[in-house]
Amino acid sequence: MSSTPVTPAAPVTPDVPHRPRTRPPTRPRRLGPGDRIFLTVAIGIPLAALLFFVWLPALASLGLSFTTWDGIDLADIHWIGLDNYQQIFTNYPPFWPAVRHNVIWLLFTALLPTPFGIFLAYQLDRKIRFTRIYQTAIFLPMVLSLAVVGFIWEIIYNPDTGLLNGLLSAAGSSHHIDWLGNADLNLWAVLVASGWRHTGYIMILYLAGLKGFDPALKEAAALDGANGRQTFLRVVFPAMKPVNIIILVVTVMESLRAFDIVYVLGGGVGSKPGMELLSLLITDNIIGESSHIGYGSALAVVLLLVSLAAIGTFLVQTFRKEDQ
Amino acid sequence: MTTTMTRPGAGTTARHEPPRTGKGPRRQTGRHVMLAGIALLWLVPLLWAVYTSLRPYSDTAKHGYLSWPRSLSLGNFTDAWQQSGMPHFFWNSVLITVPAVLGTLLFSAAVAFFVSRFDFRWNIVLLMLFTAGNLLPAQVLITPLYRLYLLVPLPQWMSDSLLLYNSVWGIIAIHIAYQSGFCTFVLSNYMKTIPKEISEAALVDGAPVWRQFFQIVLPLCRPAFAALATLESIWIYNDFFWPLALIETGDKRPVTSALANLQGQYFTNPNLIAAGALMTAIPTLLVYFALQRQFISGLTIGSGKG
Repeated sequence: MSSTPVTPAAPVTPDVPHRPRTRPPTRPRRLGPGDRIFLTVAIGIPLAALLFFVWLPALASLGLSFTTWDGIDLADIHWIGLDNYQQIFTNYPPFWPAVRHNVIWLLFTALLPTPFGIFLAYQLDRKIRFTRIYQTAIFLPMVLSLAVVGFIWEIIYNPDTGLLNGLLSAAGSSHHIDWLGNADLNLWAVLVASGWRHTGYIMILYLAGLKGFDPALKEAAALDGANGRQTFLRVVFPAMKPVNIIILVVTVMESLRAFDIVYVLGGGVGSKPGMELLSLLITDNIIGESSHIGYGSALAVVLLLVSLAAIGTFLVQTFRKEDQ
Repeated sequence: MTTTMTRPGAGTTARHEPPRTGKGPRRQTGRHVMLAGIALLWLVPLLWAVYTSLRPYSDTAKHGYLSWPRSLSLGNFTDAWQQSGMPHFFWNSVLITVPAVLGTLLFSAAVAFFVSRFDFRWNIVLLMLFTAGNLLPAQVLITPLYRLYLLVPLPQWMSDSLLLYNSVWGIIAIHIAYQSGFCTFVLSNYMKTIPKEISEAALVDGAPVWRQFFQIVLPLCRPAFAALATLESIWIYNDFFWPLALIETGDKRPVTSALANLQGQYFTNPNLIAAGALMTAIPTLLVYFALQRQFISGLTIGSGKG
């Protein structure tokens, strides 16, 4: 955002009587009835939309998680208390694999593409030639939709026609690997595709942060004899705390939300063995012939609670300064 | 959070050359080799998709996908364009994306104006409500939203299903409600950087609040709008989940969700699917290359120094 210095658009005209400025004029008390109506409408409509389309459904999911319902007739909703949760935790085979896969997803993303993106940003944040070209190439996947990313990787992983098996057989291997069908492999195959996209995102976020970094700090570190790694780990990284928090939130949220790419690479039919994720289990239960809305909602609430931990951290970090 | 804006260009003028560590040119070459290698590696999947899409199915079926091309053509693109009704789906995407982006910007500008220019007690709560709303996973909302959409009637001229369900309006509405959170967050930070004296001058001048909003604050936010419009256009265009769940018939879906149809229909023809997928990506790629600066500054707003 370039911030151009602004001049008042309307200069004070002499025929308007000056009121004594006893308090800042933006206090609500100064607002006339027309202003109040305008502000009420301006805030009322967006707020109503937000509450109706986002928060009401979120709360309704919470409510439905204590019921059993086939999703057809509203009269068939029956309150069953915590049964869904008990079922999920004790007697729903795909649940714990899904949790495990979500955790693997998070750890993988946090430990490989995220630090790699930071590393690339640090390498690119210097006056070197072609930096724009490198940035664009690595960032490009982020511009594509997750669905398109899924299709692109489908033609790499396809067991018969894909690039990967083609390369393997060209290298003389007789193995015919079903990358997306093998329950021990497919999660990792999807993670590679997801990491491909995630790296560029982190790189751009970190680069933006580095632009605001005071170069004098780096120079001081160099004068003190710190090498590149020491400068990064001891000086740059700790000073980038606000960006680090954003990156952490982005990484956690993207890991929890992962859906599209798995959906497409799984063939678009819900969760597949080896690729169960909470988001897919929810979809499995609420869409389809015999839907278990209560069940799906309970799963959604589990996902919501985990997300809220991340959202809460972010909000506290962001708004603490303002609240004072 | 006083200034969370990242100002493109701010770093480039003030930035110093990093101190030389004595390993000068050799190190630079090494870095170039590494970065070029990584950049190339990152492009491989995309280039492979392009290569596949340019080859006729018969050629690849006979010689395998990892082979030298006998001929290259745009045949798969024209086939995907014609056979799968891509123009229709593109039009659906336009019908959803344009109003959704405009609505999101207008709504979030109004909320941001409110929370950043007036000292009301509930400002922070309001801002948090919007911001947190954007962070909720879509799956948490989907069941009640689906039911809600089945309950809300629409007049015939808006939706031939007579419901919010299965209409583009429903998709536009959820995009606006959901994306307003992010844009409100960004715009309120931006508006805080506009000096309050401007509003004061206008108020002394007797200008009503709506004029302050439309004639002073909105024009000053133009750079933020440009960044957010670019970013939101790509995000909303790329969205996959809402239409999949909230639009029943395939022919009303936007092009990204309709790709799934293509996959089902032409499961055995990867060349055609590659062409379809790439074609879907063309608008976002064009927007990105034309408005790269805006896109990136939109994405990185809020991640600058706080």
